[in-house]
Amino acid sequence: MTAFKSLSVAMFKGFFRERVALFFTFLMPLMFLVIFGLIFGGASSSKTKIDVVGDGPVLTALNSTGIVEFQRVDSFDTAVQAVRSGDVPAAISVQGNKVELRYAASDSVQAGTVQAVIRSVVDAVNIKASGKPPTVTLNSQQVEDSSLSAIQYLTPGILSWGLATSAIFGSALTLVNWRKKQVLRRIRLAPVSTGTVISSRLLVTIGTSVLQAILFVAVAMTPVFGLKLAGQWWLALPLLVLGSLSFFSIGVLVGSIAKSEEAATGITNVIVLPMAFLSGTFFPLQNAPQWLQTVSEVLPLRHLNDGMVDVLVRGKGIEALGVPALVLLAFTIVVGFAASRVFSWEDS
Amino acid sequence: MSKGNTIVAEGLRKRYGDLWAVDGVSFTVGEGEFFGILGPNGAGKTTTLEIIEGLRKPDEGSVRLFGEQPWPRNPKLLPRIGVQLQASSFFEKLTAREQLETFASLYGVSTGTAADMLELVGLTDKADTRENKLSGGQRQRLSIACALAHDPDIVFLDEPTAALDPQARRNLWDVLRAIKDRGKTIVYTTHYLDEAEILCDRTAIMDKGKILAMDAPATLVRGLDAPTHVMIERGIIALDDAKSLAGVEEASDDGVSLRLSTRHPGKLLSTLAERGALEGLQVRGATLEDVFLELTGREYRA
Repeated sequence: MTAFKSLSVAMFKGFFRERVALFFTFLMPLMFLVIFGLIFGGASSSKTKIDVVGDGPVLTALNSTGIVEFQRVDSFDTAVQAVRSGDVPAAISVQGNKVELRYAASDSVQAGTVQAVIRSVVDAVNIKASGKPPTVTLNSQQVEDSSLSAIQYLTPGILSWGLATSAIFGSALTLVNWRKKQVLRRIRLAPVSTGTVISSRLLVTIGTSVLQAILFVAVAMTPVFGLKLAGQWWLALPLLVLGSLSFFSIGVLVGSIAKSEEAATGITNVIVLPMAFLSGTFFPLQNAPQWLQTVSEVLPLRHLNDGMVDVLVRGKGIEALGVPALVLLAFTIVVGFAASRVFSWEDS
Repeated sequence: MSKGNTIVAEGLRKRYGDLWAVDGVSFTVGEGEFFGILGPNGAGKTTTLEIIEGLRKPDEGSVRLFGEQPWPRNPKLLPRIGVQLQASSFFEKLTAREQLETFASLYGVSTGTAADMLELVGLTDKADTRENKLSGGQRQRLSIACALAHDPDIVFLDEPTAALDPQARRNLWDVLRAIKDRGKTIVYTTHYLDEAEILCDRTAIMDKGKILAMDAPATLVRGLDAPTHVMIERGIIALDDAKSLAGVEEASDDGVSLRLSTRHPGKLLSTLAERGALEGLQVRGATLEDVFLELTGREYRA
């Protein structure tokens, strides 16, 4: 076996025989998918719940809008109490033609929605009762828009984050551990080039990323989550490799600076978590302030994220790879250069 | 210098901060020789070794290893030298056999030698055991096997017997002798003087960065003008009587036996034999510890 091959095999074995590493690499991203899938998946489909007392034509009309969900209560007093304590955004009492509405002031958006819906229903009932034809008619129809359901943007995001975490942790910990145990020094005493050592670790990183992606997408595509891949999903592969490359360069940098496994773990967390949030991994960034979005432009995770969303679920073609690929490459070169400056084969 | 010299080190000096860890060390090691560098912790043994191996650059002085300079990293030399580092450096989670195979492949050597090496160090039955499940002695033996995996001409062993129990140490001695029998040159450091006396062809005694003496252990001891201690059962001859025996410099009674110091042990022993006073005889000659004491004026403490 060549040195390259045997070093890669040694690192693969070392990695796959470590249960903690396997957990963080494969199970934790899946846990995040489940958690965020439940949080956001639920939010998009739920209707506004309001407390309801009594009966009348207004209620019938309101029910048919499908915007609010009724929750029957015994008395209006109890209903108002529920609004006060924040359990429901609004309460309505209908006694024939007399309609009473109480709403909570804390959530102005929901309060506005509820008021507007009920007012329009009341108006409609009034117009109908007057027997006159409406002066203005409204024709509204639904269109398919480009905003994504939760799973469609969560999958590329959490996958990218999972790749970043395992690539940075994996390569940093290998370096720190091998330096501490003098394995690096021992390798240095063999006729093996630096390039061989680094490239074998890179191969392991990319291989792990591909395995992560396969497992992750497979789980996300199950009916429980319902991810639908775009036609040119395979364009994600070059992105995956480039992303791994840039995270690997961060890992080598961290592994060169850190003197202990604990330090490497700490530094990696400090890098990965803020980067994940800034890159729109868990929440879409469109509502973030402009300066924050600008900051995120220099982060490799942001571009891996964007690229993945574009080719995995938005169905964009090869042209969507240009910017992410360039940024990821440039990032790798800059950080890789910095890492090569601070890298050392042994402590002290 | 003769052609048979594997190592020629001249005037090596290495400074860490204000301290000269190695302060003017010169020595040669011949082909096939078992050379020991001994001395207490902090004597500069490891640094000397690292300079010879090419891991460190000496501040002053020069090294030739097989006629080549080991520093800066000399790829031509690397396949010829085997190094066991002080810490047992293993690949995480790999078995004993996998460690050997990986190390061998770093040198482009076929993996067939792994079984041979495991047998040499007596770990054949541990071939499929992961490194973290091996005992201290087994780890040491495995790390020596890893240093030998590519069949080098010279082996550097840094404190291979440190922190081992007596039985494990003796097992390791057998391994070291077996390596020597294969014709390898061995350079090793130890702080066990008794061990160096048994194993080494030649030893250099180091203290505070300097070599104090260098020769075959027996020559070093013989060259020492130290008395031999003869002990016999007490009560056979009276203490005063013993003091007057020919050649006795000092006599004492420690409550168990009578201890006589002499520089003429042959003569004293025949006198005692004539008197029939050899009951419980023990003779203790000078050791390398006495040499160390003589050289430094202080007791040897590892």
